[in-house]
Amino acid sequence: MLEIKNLHVQLEDEDKQILKGVDLTVEPGKVHAIMGPNGSGKSTLSYVLSGRDGYEVTEGTATLEGEDLLDMEPEERAAAGVFLAFQYPVEIPGVGNMTFLRTAVNAQRKARGEEELSAADFLKEVRAKAKTLKIDADMLKRPVNVGFSGGEKKRNEILQMAMLEPKMCIMDETDSGLDVDAMKLVSEGVNALRNEGRSFLVITHYQRLLDHIKPDVVHIMADGRIVKTGGPELALEVEHNGYADILAEVN
Amino acid sequence: MALPQEKLTATEERLASLAMPEMCGCTRAAREDALARVQEMGLPGRRDEYWKYTRPDTLISAQAPRAEVFDAGEPMIFEDMDNLKIVFVDGVFSPEESDDLTLEGVMIDRIEDICGKDIHWAKELYGALESRGQTPVPRPLAALNTAFAKDGVAIHVTGKPSKPICLMYRHASETSDAMLHHVIRVEPDAEVTVLEVGPAASRFNKVMEIDIADNGTLHHVRAQGRDHERRAMTHMFARLGTESTYKSFTLTANGVLTRNEQVVELTGDDAVAHVAGACVGDGDFHHDDTVFITHDAVNCESRQVFKKVLRNGATGVFQGKILVKEGAQKTDGYQISQSLLLDDDSQFLAKPELEIYADDVACSHGSTSGAIDETALFYLRSRGVPVKDATNMLTLAFLAEAVDEIEDSEVAEKIVNRLEDWLARRS
Repeated sequence: MLEIKNLHVQLEDEDKQILKGVDLTVEPGKVHAIMGPNGSGKSTLSYVLSGRDGYEVTEGTATLEGEDLLDMEPEERAAAGVFLAFQYPVEIPGVGNMTFLRTAVNAQRKARGEEELSAADFLKEVRAKAKTLKIDADMLKRPVNVGFSGGEKKRNEILQMAMLEPKMCIMDETDSGLDVDAMKLVSEGVNALRNEGRSFLVITHYQRLLDHIKPDVVHIMADGRIVKTGGPELALEVEHNGYADILAEVN
Repeated sequence: MALPQEKLTATEERLASLAMPEMCGCTRAAREDALARVQEMGLPGRRDEYWKYTRPDTLISAQAPRAEVFDAGEPMIFEDMDNLKIVFVDGVFSPEESDDLTLEGVMIDRIEDICGKDIHWAKELYGALESRGQTPVPRPLAALNTAFAKDGVAIHVTGKPSKPICLMYRHASETSDAMLHHVIRVEPDAEVTVLEVGPAASRFNKVMEIDIADNGTLHHVRAQGRDHERRAMTHMFARLGTESTYKSFTLTANGVLTRNEQVVELTGDDAVAHVAGACVGDGDFHHDDTVFITHDAVNCESRQVFKKVLRNGATGVFQGKILVKEGAQKTDGYQISQSLLLDDDSQFLAKPELEIYADDVACSHGSTSGAIDETALFYLRSRGVPVKDATNMLTLAFLAEAVDEIEDSEVAEKIVNRLEDWLARRS
């Protein structure tokens, strides 16, 4: 599904190398977790994959089902199946949540040459999906993320994911700012979306989220590289011993 | 005090090109009074502080600059709505194109007809609010209008007419120089919606005086269209009685020179005045919103919401003032003026002012200029919305606070549609 080879990235504005040769392959249907200390480059990786401005790829490749992601505009990546659940979902005053969702869904369909969803079909689908995420009608009507609590914003991200049905979901610290109940709700939303054709890259500091969203593979990232890869037990090791031991081991 | 020579010459030249109507009837005294004020004040010049950001030259010149007649190739914005249409072609009332002016709850007369009478209710209002509005800041072009306007309507609202009154303007001659003067009196508990739309003339000077009695309500929505070469100077003078409401919204698209002044006086307790504007300008565009709201009663609310989207070297101006007089306690005043600059060539010039002489008031004001929010743009794009559509969505969202001031949802939707069309034509 997703294949990253020797990815080197630096900030456009300053001569600062953030990613220093990331290699990562995510197979279809698998959940990969990336853990790592602050500043290791986890969020940068998620932004580079989704096409945010401000980063310069100096070396390496990233492909989705063989297609070069790095050559695409953010909206093209989205239509190709990339979805980034933001660590800090953006508030957009003046744009209704529902309008936003419908525009996004239909823009992607159009880009893929599919028929646009009718207003009635869209409404039916969004209501059903919102209900399972405990998102009420009022939240759908309000401007995108404006006045939403931390938990509501993250649930709204999952709703978008559910509506857009991406192939490759990248979740950037989705657990940050969530209480236990909200984390459970969000995880259930994500788990409901797991299937053979859909892959996940779950970025997190803590093992906690991985209790709910069970990963197939866990990577440890440090100083712009993946330094260790293992099974779910690797996350537990981090939880118990912190990153220091692992980093000492690989250095 | 004698006028500076330059101003005196310009004023004399302009006055020489104008004549009062042959019959002035009951408006004669107001016209002569206004003419005397013009002679005393002189017409605006580039050195006047109030005209620091907008050059008045083409508004005061003896002859109107030529302006191409614009054909949008589509119906005017409120044309397909159920409303009472009053049509002016190059500033002259057109009975053929207008609807029958009878409507329950309202009485409508032409200013030209009133000029043939010695007694008419409008006698008390014609020029009265304009004259009050000359202090503390002189507005000579409004006085010029009072003195010389030949046409317009007097609308006397006594009830709640079943449909809006729509003033439709058509531009037919490349050299037309139109002056219209409308007066509206809203009686106690009466309520009316007044719409204005269309290219009025090559040069347009319009005054609207609005007197709203206790518990009266007036909604005003105006669309200044795409007739790019127009030069328009408009004044709205509104006086509000106790518990009355005045809400005015203006959409402006294009125009080499447009200045809209709003002069609002809250004279009765618990009155509410909202003035708002959304403007979109591209290239050789100059739009000026100048607002002066005076609180002279207790517990009144005023809101000024002005949003401007500017690109390719367009200029937006906002001069907005809230004056809270002594004793106008519990005043709630709000003023926001913002521009969205879509490139580095465009500019927004803002002069927000508060002058407060009461001690128990809440007044806030803010003014900002900024570009499209890159984070929001990326968020939309990351969900698959193409960059142009995402930019347009954010642009409309930026204008939303102003558009939200329109109470009638059908009218608001039409305004939004026009804004969408405007953006779509440019993306």
